Amino acid sequence: MSVTPPKSRLWWNDPVPKSELIWVIVAFVWGLIMFFMMIYWHAYGEQNLSNEAYKITAEQFSAKTEAMTEKYTVREESGYPVVHPPPGEDIYMIARLWQWWPILELEKGQSYRLHLSSLDWMHGFSLQPININLQIHPDYEMVLTITPTTTGEFGIVCNEYCGIGHHTMLGRMYVVDNEGI
Amino acid sequence: MAINEQYRTCQTTGLRVYKSAENLIKANAVVAVVFLLVGGVFGIMVALTRWKAVHLLPADWFYLALTAHGINLLVVWIIFFEMAVLYFASSVLLGSRLATPRWAWAGFALMLIGAIVTNIAVLQGGSSVMFTSYVPLKADPSFYAGVILFAVGALIGCFVFFGTLVIAKQEKTYEGSVPLVTFGATVAAIIAVFTIASGAIILIPTFLWSIGYVSHIDTLMYRTIWWAFGHSSQQINVAAHISIWYLISAVVLGAKPLSEKVSRGAFLLYVLFLQLASAHHLLVDPGISSEWKIFNTSYAIYLAVLGSMIHGMTVPGQIESAQRKKGYTNGLFEWLRKCPWGNPAFSGMFISLILFGFLGGISGVVMGVEQINLIIHNTIYVPGHFHATVVAGTTLAFMAVTYLLIPLIFQREIMFPSMAKLQPYVFGLGVAGISLFMMGAGTLGVPRRHWDISQADAVLPYDFPGAANLMMGLNGISALLAGVGGVMFIAVAVGSIFFGKKIVDSTETAAAEPAEATTATEYGSDEHPAIPGTIVLVAVFFTTFVLYYFVNWKYLAEVWPLR
Repeated sequence: MSVTPPKSRLWWNDPVPKSELIWVIVAFVWGLIMFFMMIYWHAYGEQNLSNEAYKITAEQFSAKTEAMTEKYTVREESGYPVVHPPPGEDIYMIARLWQWWPILELEKGQSYRLHLSSLDWMHGFSLQPININLQIHPDYEMVLTITPTTTGEFGIVCNEYCGIGHHTMLGRMYVVDNEGI
Repeated sequence: MAINEQYRTCQTTGLRVYKSAENLIKANAVVAVVFLLVGGVFGIMVALTRWKAVHLLPADWFYLALTAHGINLLVVWIIFFEMAVLYFASSVLLGSRLATPRWAWAGFALMLIGAIVTNIAVLQGGSSVMFTSYVPLKADPSFYAGVILFAVGALIGCFVFFGTLVIAKQEKTYEGSVPLVTFGATVAAIIAVFTIASGAIILIPTFLWSIGYVSHIDTLMYRTIWWAFGHSSQQINVAAHISIWYLISAVVLGAKPLSEKVSRGAFLLYVLFLQLASAHHLLVDPGISSEWKIFNTSYAIYLAVLGSMIHGMTVPGQIESAQRKKGYTNGLFEWLRKCPWGNPAFSGMFISLILFGFLGGISGVVMGVEQINLIIHNTIYVPGHFHATVVAGTTLAFMAVTYLLIPLIFQREIMFPSMAKLQPYVFGLGVAGISLFMMGAGTLGVPRRHWDISQADAVLPYDFPGAANLMMGLNGISALLAGVGGVMFIAVAVGSIFFGKKIVDSTETAAAEPAEATTATEYGSDEHPAIPGTIVLVAVFFTTFVLYYFVNWKYLAEVWPLR
């Protein structure tokens, strides 16, 4: 029994029953498939998080974001600037207690280099209802290229606990058809 | 040293129980159950707050309750109970006296003091930093100090366990290799040492930072090392509760491992690979390469997953084999139907096995895929997953084994037997609901650790789909059901321990010298009957796993392209 020592002193010499052996092999092969699936997706899949990141200070990141905002703000909404940068541009979003700033307006089917960083604590970038989730650190600038494929209004929820105002930390992103511009 | 210490021999099981080990097992188990109650009450409050129609607590209390829920259940309840399991698996199963019982009591005292200090810090309201206490969120210094004291106490417990293994070997209290359950417990203790070392590496500087001796702690470094502590602490549970599955099927059904080699090999894979799981939490963090993520998140090509998949076959397999030997040989599943479903130790163990595998295991592997994590990270899917592993898997297995420990260690009859009979089903159903509904809400993007997803106070509100609110409501109802199951367990356990009828079936002996070794019993490596029922169960599991895995790739493929 499992609660007593094995009877055979040389239990490691006992043959493995066939049913178990088959299952061990199947499970091992399945592990290999799952392992190579991640590598395959890097080569052929379209949703991969870039490895691009930089150390940055809050002041530097905030300056870059403000420069973009100054250049491309098209209107204001609830006190937030709505920024419509040209396609292909580097775009920035600040995470801080307790807002995502500014509101970005992107064009469908165009690619943008999105820079994300926090000015204070850790935050969670959660784009809804698309459901893309990223961990946002202070002192680290994450850069990824996104290509919106659906139009509409999107919410950015904070999904990393960041203090008492955490649940009020929401941002917004718009995606518009470029023919409409 | 007290070599002449008294022991008694249990008439039912033939196990030799030393007084010092018995007292320590009792103390650790009782304290564990007290913290289960405390953490459970906070858990109910959390679930009722997230149920939109109830929305029980104000925001500050919600975050306080969530912190207390996490600390008390993920750490305090489970580790106290694991200390009892370690002392049982070493001293009782090997029939040996416990090494340095005084140190074991010192460890117990440190753990208790640590748990109380941390709880006071949390309840004072200045330490609502969640179980993870990510910097730069700062808790009261006593919060970290309490966790560190607790960890030191647990480390002492691990070394008492290792010391007992050495004593048992030297005093030849058993022949040959240690029993499989002791082997599994050893694996748990080794992972615990790794876990506690990681915890010390990150929590000691964080404590110094909280009192102003360290100026800055890098957030990415914190998350990387903290999760080597945070995730590994849950891997201790996996090794411990799987040992308990083997223990219960041996004690209740007389089941023998199909192959010692395969089961021990599977445990060994845990020692080698389970610690890599820190990566599961870092898949969408900046500054970490994909190569590192892929290697670590897959436990080096899924070798620890392989270990769990093996146990997933060998545990039901050995039950089927034992039942078939008793003559339940009709059809594929007579052996399963004729299992002692009215015995809460067995039913709890089997429900734990099924829910851990189907809900916890599959979801864990899927969300741990580097790319799929993009659509799951920090959503409430994550707590959905770990309630299936830690509550349905570990906690239910610990409850089940308690039904065996009460007669064996506490020497009491189970009180309220009909309530005990129902308890695993009520609790299991509740936890299954909690897990499924949270996972469902998570796929709709609902964040974890969030007071109000209706975002009433936000400047730029976002409306989650109605289905999300429905799921969170159903989660609340499931939590209440699990709460009822928890209260039933505590009533039976506390009632039996303090008011249960005393069992007098053991003979007390003062051991002048170590008595003769435990007789090794037979096991059925090469002679067990075919196990077709288990093969069918495993095939169903595997099919579910493969389908769910690829369905999630499909979900991912629908998301905006990222690179």
